[in-house]
Amino acid sequence: MSLDKPRELEYSLAINEALHQMMNENRSILLMGQGVKSPWYVGNTCNGLVEKFGEKRVIDTPVSENAMTGMAIGASIAGYPSIVVHPRMDFMLYAFDPIINQAANWFYMSGGKVSVPVVFWGIINRGGEQAAQHSQALHGLFAHIPGLKVVMPSTPYDAKGLMISAVLDPNPVVFIDERLLYSNKGVVPTELYSVPIGKAAVRKKGKDITIISVSYSAFLVEKVTPKLIENGIDAEVIDLRSIKPLDTNTILKSVKKTGRVIIIDVGWKSFGISAEISARIAESGINLKSPIKRLALPDTPAPASRTLEAAYYLNEKKIYESICKIFKKGSS
Amino acid sequence: MKISYKKKELLNLYKQMVLIRRTEESFVEPILNGRIKCPVHLYSGEEAVAVGFSAYLKKEDVFFGNHRSHGHYIVKGGNLEAMVAEIYCKEDGCAGGRGGSMHIIDKSVGMLGAAPIVAGTISLTLGAALGFKYEKKKNVAVAFFGDGGTGEGVLFESINFAALRKLPIIFSCENNYYSTHLPIRETRPNYPVYKIGRAFGIKSFQVDGNDILKTTAVCEKAISTCRKGEGPVFIEFKTYRLRGHVGPSDNIQGTQTDIRPIQEIEKWKKKDPIKRLERYMLKNRICEQKELLNISKKVESQVFAAHQKAQISNFPKGEEVEYYVFR
Ligand SMILES: Cc1ncc(C[n+]2csc(CCOP(=O)(O)OP(=O)(O)O)c2C)c(N)n1
Ligand SMILES: [Mg+2]
Repeated sequence: MSLDKPRELEYSLAINEALHQMMNENRSILLMGQGVKSPWYVGNTCNGLVEKFGEKRVIDTPVSENAMTGMAIGASIAGYPSIVVHPRMDFMLYAFDPIINQAANWFYMSGGKVSVPVVFWGIINRGGEQAAQHSQALHGLFAHIPGLKVVMPSTPYDAKGLMISAVLDPNPVVFIDERLLYSNKGVVPTELYSVPIGKAAVRKKGKDITIISVSYSAFLVEKVTPKLIENGIDAEVIDLRSIKPLDTNTILKSVKKTGRVIIIDVGWKSFGISAEISARIAESGINLKSPIKRLALPDTPAPASRTLEAAYYLNEKKIYESICKIFKKGSS
Repeated sequence: MKISYKKKELLNLYKQMVLIRRTEESFVEPILNGRIKCPVHLYSGEEAVAVGFSAYLKKEDVFFGNHRSHGHYIVKGGNLEAMVAEIYCKEDGCAGGRGGSMHIIDKSVGMLGAAPIVAGTISLTLGAALGFKYEKKKNVAVAFFGDGGTGEGVLFESINFAALRKLPIIFSCENNYYSTHLPIRETRPNYPVYKIGRAFGIKSFQVDGNDILKTTAVCEKAISTCRKGEGPVFIEFKTYRLRGHVGPSDNIQGTQTDIRPIQEIEKWKKKDPIKRLERYMLKNRICEQKELLNISKKVESQVFAAHQKAQISNFPKGEEVEYYVFR
């Protein structure tokens, strides 16, 4: 590595580095979940951890999501801040009680005396005709719950920085990463750093429209913006990074400037984060030049068949065309 | 092997096992060339478990399965063509291409559901059994799950309620000694799985799941117990998947997936349930090699035809993606 060429790392390895550095910093931290000692489920995010920190701290668990998640919460309360990974978010649903009834409410219920420094790490893993129970993006569900923070990095830099923030945060944080981003490379500092929870990133300045993206949609939008420029549309691009707390200030500031907004979510449309963001914009009373536009998954379970998947999921073309349509421009 | 079966019965068991094996192995090539894309969990090696139920099963009995349920569906009288087409995620599939291999669901034959959330269908099976009991029907509901599934609390909640209300349900645990990448010694204390049932005071059996005569016998016992209103029953079938967890990879140690010692696989290959029945029938002069070959050939062409049909079937239309959310 030379000084003038910053180090690049894959998204998944950025998470791996965060885990290594945090577990090295604080020997109370525990990691548990299915596949933490194998690339089977979690790609290379957990490489080398069990070798370095041992099976007492890196615990590959039986298929027992409810109890294992509760265990992570209890350990966190008892002084061992824990990270519990669910190799697919869909499996987390077995753990709704410990996450929502227990962890999210604990600090409040104890009158502010006992907080729960736990990380619920859930991986979105979809496509490949995996169908309804192996594809879900449930960030909107968790964001609905008071007492839970929810983060969704789209870049390797944020993946590392947000994992570190999630571990350091004294509250329960739902860290949601995306398998489709795992091999993406980007600049990642070697040292320990954090990305603040609750702060969006403006990826590109622009004057015509605000594009609000998150996780995989931020990755897609990055590819679409050059084409928009060619078509005479100068977009401002926001990557939310945190769903909760939501960085309303950054959103409103941008929308006030551009007067147009499209929200591109990776989850379902109804009652999801695109609805919440729309409401905040509407409540702000900002005058818009065109109605708020939302692009998200249809209110349908994830299908299996590749043709249905193509209709179901977002892609660059759908994003590009929707934005061109707002400006009544052709998109051929 | 005390019970004696007629030749016709034995050949029928043989045929079903061969049908499952040929069907499963027929997916390897289309998976490798990308015509089949959805995750496919092969049942090769475990045939004697599902087929063990076949002799005493009635059409009105019901099955619930998991991610590895092709064999369950075939035994329940499922339509082979509809299943193969579903695995190609085509319109003619039993779920119209919406479910794929992990959701082999076909109410018309009593395959009430299969779903890959581990242990997720056990409590659903309880509901079907509750219905049978309520209507005083002499039917049976069977829940299939793996050794990995014994990690989920819902199994224990379900056994408790089933025992409390004497429901006609068979908890059918296919112990193949692995839960994805973990061998059973890393997921369970070293204690027999079938004793889970004993803790709730229900009839519980452990059986060599690769011996079709034994599985048939234990299933007969379990089914008749339930039909008499003396259920539930827990059965642990000791078996082994000849393939790896998912797809055609064998998960051999030293290869990319790196899980199972090759010696272990070789050991279990010797216990192949199909070969065992073959040997039994030939040794006891129940039938001739030629008859077995004929069965295999017939099955082979049936499977081939199912693939041909599935391959020319259409994919569902993209614009129909929002169908079937509600009735
Ligand atoms: C709730 C849940 N957690 C984790 C998984 C991932 N997973 C799929 S199959 C499997 C192991 C299943 O092992 P077992 O029940 O023994 O069945 P087998 O595959 O051996 O037939 C796991 C952990 C899942 N599908 N659902
Ligand atoms: Mg198993």
